[in-house]
Amino acid sequence: MKFTTFSAAAIAGLMAANTAAAELVIPDLSYRTGPYAAGGIPFSDGYQDYFALLNARDGGIGGEPVRIVECETGYNTEKGVECYEATKGEGALVYQPLSTGITYQLIPKATADGIPIHTMGYGRTSAAEGEVFNWVFNYPGNYWDAASVAVNYLLDENGGDLSGKTIALVYHNSAYGKEPIRTLEELSAKHGFTLSTLAVDHPGQEQKSQWLQIRRERPDYVVMWGWGVMNQVAVQEAANVGFPMENFIGNWWAGAEHDVTPAGAAADGYKSLNMNRIQDYPVLDEIQTLVVDAGLAAGAGDNLGKVLYVRGMYAAMLAAEAIAKAQEIHGVSDITPAMMRDGMEALEITEARMTELGMGGIGPEFSVNCQNHGGSGEGLVQQWNAADGVFVPLTDFIAPDDSVIDPLITEDAMAFAAENNITPGCL
Amino acid sequence: MLYREAGDFKTTYKADSQTFPIAFDRWRYWAVLAVAWLVIPFVINDYWANAILVPFLIYAIAAIGLNILTGYCGQVSLGTGGFMAVGAYACYKLMTSFPDVSMLVHIMLAGGITALVGAAFGLPSLRIKGFYLAVATLAAQFFLVWLFNKVSWFYNYSASGQINAPERFVFGHAVTGANTTPAAQYLICLLFVTGCALLARNLTRGTVGRSWMAIRDMDIAAEIIGVDPLKAKLTAFAVSSFFIGISGALFFAVYLGAVEVGEAFGINKSFLVLFMCIIGGLGSLFGSFAGAAFLVLLPVALKVLGVDVLGWPTQIVSHLQLVVVGALIMFFLIKEPHGLAQMWRHIKEKLRLWPFPY
Repeated sequence: MKFTTFSAAAIAGLMAANTAAAELVIPDLSYRTGPYAAGGIPFSDGYQDYFALLNARDGGIGGEPVRIVECETGYNTEKGVECYEATKGEGALVYQPLSTGITYQLIPKATADGIPIHTMGYGRTSAAEGEVFNWVFNYPGNYWDAASVAVNYLLDENGGDLSGKTIALVYHNSAYGKEPIRTLEELSAKHGFTLSTLAVDHPGQEQKSQWLQIRRERPDYVVMWGWGVMNQVAVQEAANVGFPMENFIGNWWAGAEHDVTPAGAAADGYKSLNMNRIQDYPVLDEIQTLVVDAGLAAGAGDNLGKVLYVRGMYAAMLAAEAIAKAQEIHGVSDITPAMMRDGMEALEITEARMTELGMGGIGPEFSVNCQNHGGSGEGLVQQWNAADGVFVPLTDFIAPDDSVIDPLITEDAMAFAAENNITPGCL
Repeated sequence: MLYREAGDFKTTYKADSQTFPIAFDRWRYWAVLAVAWLVIPFVINDYWANAILVPFLIYAIAAIGLNILTGYCGQVSLGTGGFMAVGAYACYKLMTSFPDVSMLVHIMLAGGITALVGAAFGLPSLRIKGFYLAVATLAAQFFLVWLFNKVSWFYNYSASGQINAPERFVFGHAVTGANTTPAAQYLICLLFVTGCALLARNLTRGTVGRSWMAIRDMDIAAEIIGVDPLKAKLTAFAVSSFFIGISGALFFAVYLGAVEVGEAFGINKSFLVLFMCIIGGLGSLFGSFAGAAFLVLLPVALKVLGVDVLGWPTQIVSHLQLVVVGALIMFFLIKEPHGLAQMWRHIKEKLRLWPFPY
């Protein structure tokens, strides 16, 4: 119930009937407007449609229907805080803000309120250290894993030797884009490649000077940490300066259909990481018949099967599995956020379970425990086929270099713990 | 009937030149203060604090600051976001370097540092005016954002470039960090708003304020009658930046708790605060509050109406917000170019005659 808003009295009367039945409340802090909407819409559609499928097919999770509360953030931190405060009172089980900036706001707030946050492959990397960040989960992978996966892929391409090569990082000049720099610096020292960094300011429509520099310096590879309109511009600019697309690798937030289609055939061969394999899944057909055709879809239904739609669906699946786990642990169907946290911490995703859910091979196998909230960190490399308009997986899931990442995560998490007087430990 | 001068006799010069010459206004002023200080802290919850009252109070301080510069001294500034960033980063560096000092001191010092930076960027105002000055302050905006992104000393070399407010206390109560109670958040902002508003009111009534207004109305005439433009303009920049710095520090430490400079203090913030001043009314303290309230509350009110009451899709409501807020801004500026404050003055004029206008 919204006792928090000034229309409380009016709504209280209208909705009194609804709250009588127990339900699982999942807030969806989406952004369907603004410069990042192109990525926000398919993710939110996939996230909501999977829960709609569970409601339509199974009557919810463990017999409890799921209720989605959508709140528009516009990728704006102030609106994100407003959304968090407006939705947390309704019994929100888990937050998935899809914004690194909003995640940083929510980490202390949600920890104090006892509500788990799932930042899937974004947010604060060191949140993988579960003893410091008890309420934050970033499985199946994080930014530093992504940086390492990209370098491991390039190592593979070059016969295990990157010495003497140059890699340029084109990044969104924000917390999100700066995250991989530290890891890439470590990796460049370890493998002997030269790293140069090129910042692109929000929202990223102006990249002429960065790509001019790339044309002048001719790096062997360009790695990109982009989001929103920045990706499309970068792919177009790369085509304009004639940079070979197969040497241009985006991270998993810079590899969706809408990022490459504006450049047309010139984008053919563009590579990106992905944490969710793109292929035909049986579950997508079920969503088509039970959700989209039934008129229950969150969006227009035209994003079905796209990279970010599948990722949103994958995120919803991980949340639903954690809810089921929590119900199993505590033996009740109407769980609280604290129980949800226990479910997330005991989560185990196996290939058999993914196949059973109609999405075999969608993500890596991993399990979560109190110490490790980060999952396996594996990612695959996919390549854009402009003629067919699909991303084709090039590799299987590649493991990151944990010997480099784990000490960095521990260092950053311990610095956070010291700054905030946290004694690391399990709940 | 209630709102009139008649019968309210002033027997001293002091009483004659007080801020609220009408008895009803004085009562209303004390009533607002009493509600703000004695009632709201006991009933406030997380939602009201974080979504409505704390941003309103913080933006009110920023709007008062910009109003001193633009409304009272006539110097257009588009650097507000940059100066707020100076306040926020100064506060962060002070908080992390001197953890045992009270937050009140840190926030005041952050304001002081911003005043110095503001005065430095105010120097071009001695040679350039109007639109050209606006462009010079725009340069300050972009330079400051670039600086806080580029130099990692400002964010203590963190991997992400984000600054996070650790838990800090005032008289043993947490005012920053996750465990802050909404009442504490609200009260520290209210304290600074009250202080800033009183300071601004009294500055604008005295010599300094009169020299600002002389410069605003006609700088050559002001110079001829003995107003020193160097002193007047630079004090306006310094005082204005002091307030804006305080609002930036509160915005970061008390309201959001974590910011990244490009997103939180970009050019949009400068325009937002400028719009608050223009819609509220240039050269009016009440206008600063009215403008801040208008631009903070209206989007939230529209969201609650559209999404929660009418159940419309969130993206439609979000787009409608832009349309409605934009249309209302145009409506107000056409109907009342001097802002909400002028509208309030008209209402008061009418009230004096009510119920027997003649």
